[in-house]
Amino acid sequence: MRSPETALAAHPLVRLKNVSKKFTRELDLAARLAQKLGVDINEETVHAVNGINLDIHKGEVVGLVGESGCGKSTLGRVVSGLLPASTGEIEFDGETIDSAASCKRPKDLALRIQMIFQDPYASLNPRMRVGEIISEAPRVHRIVPPKELSAYVDRVMEQCGLDPAYKSRYPHQFSGGQRQRIAIARTLAVKADFIVCDEIVSALDVSIQAQILNLLLDLKQELDLTTLFISHDLGVVEHVSDRVAIMYLGRMVEFAPTEMLFSNPQHPYTRSLLEEVPSLDKRNMSYSAIEGEIPSPFDPPPGCQFHPRCPFATAECRTVAPELQVLESGHTFACHHPQGEIAESQ
Amino acid sequence: MTPASQKAVEPTIEIENLKTYFFTRSGVVKSVDGVSYSVAPGEILGIVGESGSGKTVTGMSIMGLVEKPGRIVEGSIRFKGEEIANASERRLRQLRGGAISMVFQDATTALNPVLRVDTQMVETLRAHKKISRREALKTAEEMLARVGIPTPEKRLKSYPHEFSGGMRQRVSIAMALLNDPDLIIADEPTTALDVTVQAQVLLETQKLCREKGTSLIWVTHDLTVVAGLADKVCVMYAGRIVESGSVDDILDNPQHPYTIGLIGSIPSSNTRGRKLQQIEGTTPSLLNIKPGCAFRERCWRATSACQEEPPESSFGPGRTVRCFHPCLDGEQYESAGLNA
Repeated sequence: MRSPETALAAHPLVRLKNVSKKFTRELDLAARLAQKLGVDINEETVHAVNGINLDIHKGEVVGLVGESGCGKSTLGRVVSGLLPASTGEIEFDGETIDSAASCKRPKDLALRIQMIFQDPYASLNPRMRVGEIISEAPRVHRIVPPKELSAYVDRVMEQCGLDPAYKSRYPHQFSGGQRQRIAIARTLAVKADFIVCDEIVSALDVSIQAQILNLLLDLKQELDLTTLFISHDLGVVEHVSDRVAIMYLGRMVEFAPTEMLFSNPQHPYTRSLLEEVPSLDKRNMSYSAIEGEIPSPFDPPPGCQFHPRCPFATAECRTVAPELQVLESGHTFACHHPQGEIAESQ
Repeated sequence: MTPASQKAVEPTIEIENLKTYFFTRSGVVKSVDGVSYSVAPGEILGIVGESGSGKTVTGMSIMGLVEKPGRIVEGSIRFKGEEIANASERRLRQLRGGAISMVFQDATTALNPVLRVDTQMVETLRAHKKISRREALKTAEEMLARVGIPTPEKRLKSYPHEFSGGMRQRVSIAMALLNDPDLIIADEPTTALDVTVQAQVLLETQKLCREKGTSLIWVTHDLTVVAGLADKVCVMYAGRIVESGSVDDILDNPQHPYTIGLIGSIPSSNTRGRKLQQIEGTTPSLLNIKPGCAFRERCWRATSACQEEPPESSFGPGRTVRCFHPCLDGEQYESAGLNA
């Protein structure tokens, strides 16, 4: 394992401080009128991301896992600057780049943070040639002198396993895996050192997925890339990540180095998630699914948000939201009744 | 209608040398090219393949849902002894939703958005059985309860959009089960679902099959799902079954280079921090595909012999491999020097 201890000593590349993102559904005209007339109607607010604290260190891959609707993609968009945070601060390389007051990022810092999306069919402009797609940003931001641009694009394409001869082709002439390579090349072309990957392999076939994961591993070693890897696939996350965060209904419920999280999960939600991951070794299994569904984020349950589905829930869980506890080992979780083995020192 | 003279249990469905081609303007697409398999009552068959391997078209061919410019050009599909390949539309309509039903990947498009769930379920029942509306409603309610939908009497009155993704897929599974089918074809029904919901759906389906002796064909790209669910597996590549056998045979002792590559591509705890054993290249286009082994351009064992179509060799009951150079006795990628 790439020792997280040494990495923890240095100051983090990205630090999220109590970051939240709210979406409010505005009332329509009829509802506003009704409200004026004294009917009890309020705007509906979703806390898509709720008080996230997260440090990501240089050269590290942090996996972010959760079911659909848990806010993992929203968090990714907030971190990459596509959405402003409602409250909280984001620090990058020691500088505060986003706060509730302003989210205007300095250009050079903004360029260093890039995002790759799930659907490579939608994230590339179908009317631009691949060479243009990759060279546009470095040209506009004058990252390389115009004369060297062409050679620079060739080099980036080769780095991502693309033949530079394909520069004048259009995105539709490529397969899904190659398009995802183009998207990766586009982020590398601006010399990004922090990449938010939002489900980048979920749309790909298994054999192509392996190629892209291998490419990411190569690039990480070559360029010391730092990655926030968002995925719902625990197998993929376990494979690529150094540390893994589990989200549930906008909150982080557990965060730990990968081995620790997978071998000794504390939160009942994490435990049941791990039990349900299908794997090649689990033959003819009888599934024991988590009861119920994710509650509506418009009306989250009080206390611990997982309590309606949790087999260990007590009266305390129904009223008091658990605080994040940090063990010495760096294992963080929010639960009143952790299920894993906890070191004696605690 | 079935001859009672057969010794062994008669398979629910038996497909032999099925060929479904699409005749497009730019050429012939051989989506399914000589596929054979059979499923016994109560058995679960997993069909695994990547996009474009023909796994979906196989299912569509059984249901008679292949549309122009595609058609079944050769082969037989015997459902409980009855030949249904190229059967009349009238006969197929009797079978569809009755004795054979299908669960699609996307329940949102499989259900009619403007009809309430009860309307759709009663319609399905009354199309195949002469029963009263009231009886049909009762059956529908029971079926929703069986797939784990809470308060089914209320949910019957809902429209599909009022359900969450997982619940909607359960409704479509309930509809597939309404007429006690002998065969269910499930086409990637859990691909769009979260792990927790996927586990619930798998649990319900597996239980129902075991209890009622329903045969199930589970089409998926995910070997890990098949590992937990199926009894036997067919691995498809470019319209052909390249390897088939029991789950344990395929996963513990794969012999076709493609199956080995596919298994090596799956990330897990054992692969952490290491590179995956990737298969080079991409899946071939099925348009005007060249004769010979379709995998040879991505295969590290390919020789000039592979220019010809490899025959299917059998290694015991239900175990087949279609390769000139199968990897015998656990010979793995490492030996080929491909494990970078």
